[in-house]
Amino acid sequence: MARVTFAKAVAEALAEEMRRDETVVLLGEDVRTGILGTTKGLVEEFGPARVLDTPISEAGFAGLAVGAAAAGLRPVVDLMYGQFTYLAMDQLANQAAKLRYMTGGQIRLPVTYLFVSGGGHRGAAQHSESPHGMVMNVPGLKVVVPGTGPDAKGLLKASIRDDNPVLYYMDFQLLRTRWDVPEGEWTVPLGRAEVKREGTDVTVVAVGGMVPKALAAAEALAEQGISVEVVDPRCLAPLDVDTVVASVRKTRRLVVADDAPPRAGAAAEIVAAVVEAAHDALVCPPRRVTRPPAPVPFNASLEDAALPSQEVLERTVAELVRR
Amino acid sequence: MRAADGEGRMGGKDLEWFLYRMLLIRYFEEKVAELYRAGEIYGHVHLSVGQEAVPVGVAAALREGDVVTSTHRGHGHCLAVGADPARMMAELFGRATGYCKGKGGSMHVADVSRGILGANGVVAGGVPHAVGAALAMRKLGRPSVAVAFFGEGALNQGVLWEAANLAALWELPVVFVCENNQYAITTPFRTATAGDPLTRARGFGLWAVEVDGMDVLAVAQQAEEAAHRARSGGGPSFLNCRTYRFRGHTEGEEALGWRYRDEEEVREWRQSDPILRLERYGRDTGKLLPQTAERVREEVRRVVERAVDFARSSPEPPLSELTADVWA
Repeated sequence: MARVTFAKAVAEALAEEMRRDETVVLLGEDVRTGILGTTKGLVEEFGPARVLDTPISEAGFAGLAVGAAAAGLRPVVDLMYGQFTYLAMDQLANQAAKLRYMTGGQIRLPVTYLFVSGGGHRGAAQHSESPHGMVMNVPGLKVVVPGTGPDAKGLLKASIRDDNPVLYYMDFQLLRTRWDVPEGEWTVPLGRAEVKREGTDVTVVAVGGMVPKALAAAEALAEQGISVEVVDPRCLAPLDVDTVVASVRKTRRLVVADDAPPRAGAAAEIVAAVVEAAHDALVCPPRRVTRPPAPVPFNASLEDAALPSQEVLERTVAELVRR
Repeated sequence: MRAADGEGRMGGKDLEWFLYRMLLIRYFEEKVAELYRAGEIYGHVHLSVGQEAVPVGVAAALREGDVVTSTHRGHGHCLAVGADPARMMAELFGRATGYCKGKGGSMHVADVSRGILGANGVVAGGVPHAVGAALAMRKLGRPSVAVAFFGEGALNQGVLWEAANLAALWELPVVFVCENNQYAITTPFRTATAGDPLTRARGFGLWAVEVDGMDVLAVAQQAEEAAHRARSGGGPSFLNCRTYRFRGHTEGEEALGWRYRDEEEVREWRQSDPILRLERYGRDTGKLLPQTAERVREEVRRVVERAVDFARSSPEPPLSELTADVWA
């Protein structure tokens, strides 16, 4: 174990996979500088031929990676901010997601797209997006949302080794948090949720950046005598419904926390999946803790009110348990 | 007609090869039109009758290991690189024996084993894939070329120029082939496109030439030049192939009452039918005898009939295919 930042854990995963497999190449905007820390130091080790700075052409290089993957490379593409998903959307949702299917399985697309998403950095409306719920709607894309440093590393290594297009969304606020991260070979399988804390009164499913907040909320609520089980789905597509349902069958209450707009999002999908599979286990209606259906404002107090906080999560859980 | 060498060969192919592949596209697609009218083939069907010289001329310059990205009007690309017409026809019928197990249909039929990296229903959608494939070839140390086929409608898609910029910037072995058939669905080229395609391409640093897309040997010659350039590290190029589709944008459009070009224009373009031109050239130069041409026609007709028989007798895909191949 080494005590490193979340961003460093990501950079380590990239470096290890590039050492392990010559076909892994990294390309994207400002990846040589590594402006968000996740690709820092890679060009020094692997050289400019494997760490390619691209022009600001998200659709172009997202599509280039599709062709590169189809022709034998294992590209990792850094699209910087979450909302740049939209600039590349045709290449992600219409191309990467479908080329295998519409050729009847003739094509294999091992490509990973990296994004830093979420709010809390005073980035205002166009730099605080969380599109993971939108893309989990697209068949053919895997969607990964790491919530801890060890998972960031293990899930990224597994994403790169996966033979499918993976969209990997990191919460901005997690980048500088510090974690004990396993050194060397450490992978976390895609599509497997993890119970991050066991409890008996209520299940909190926390997505991505909400994981540390949910764990802190669980700690605080324990002092009030409320036992919270925290489940981290880690991967939204495929979604490990079984682990969530097993937890809800035990606790009989469900709260889903997701720093994203509420409509047709990850929280909505998780609630729907649980209700379909285990409505009989629920003693009260499930609750979602998300952003309101509004863009993220710049003003600090407005943004703080918009993003799902530990306090709101605690309050929601306490209300549900004391009903 | 550009002169082929004394033996009537070009890119190592003889005139019979060019005639065979162009006729294969022509007869295959005319049969598809007939089957569409009869209701045996359904869905969205875009034919390239009249445009055969472009894919066949380009294919003459390709080698084992080269790749191609195709379009919604892509039967010609697939047949030109040597795909099996029977498995293609089965795909158009939506049958399990089709190249894509019936899940792609006319718009997405692709034989990946022959280097077709997908046929795209989104205009310009596949162009960056060719650039990425070229990057892969260079990284993997292969002397191959990637060809991106697209119509002139794609010239107004941003992603095409994003891809062109990347190809030029990184000097990748890509040949951009514009099949300028004059209409984007029903919109004439000049109604939609400002400036000149060659000027645009040269602005990105591509080697760009105008090509008579109704002359298969002219296409072959320029494609050979472009491919040679790409293979020898000369970077990407752009062929603006002036051509014409004799049929509509989509089968069945007459029934929908689409009127966007006059019959006179179609008749004029038919005068430069690429197949008739090649036959005339062969006859005039003695490099392709009329009796040879007739034999090729007969042979291709039989191949197409066999393809239809194969498709008709092939099974429907099982329902389990619905969710297969979503992920590897």
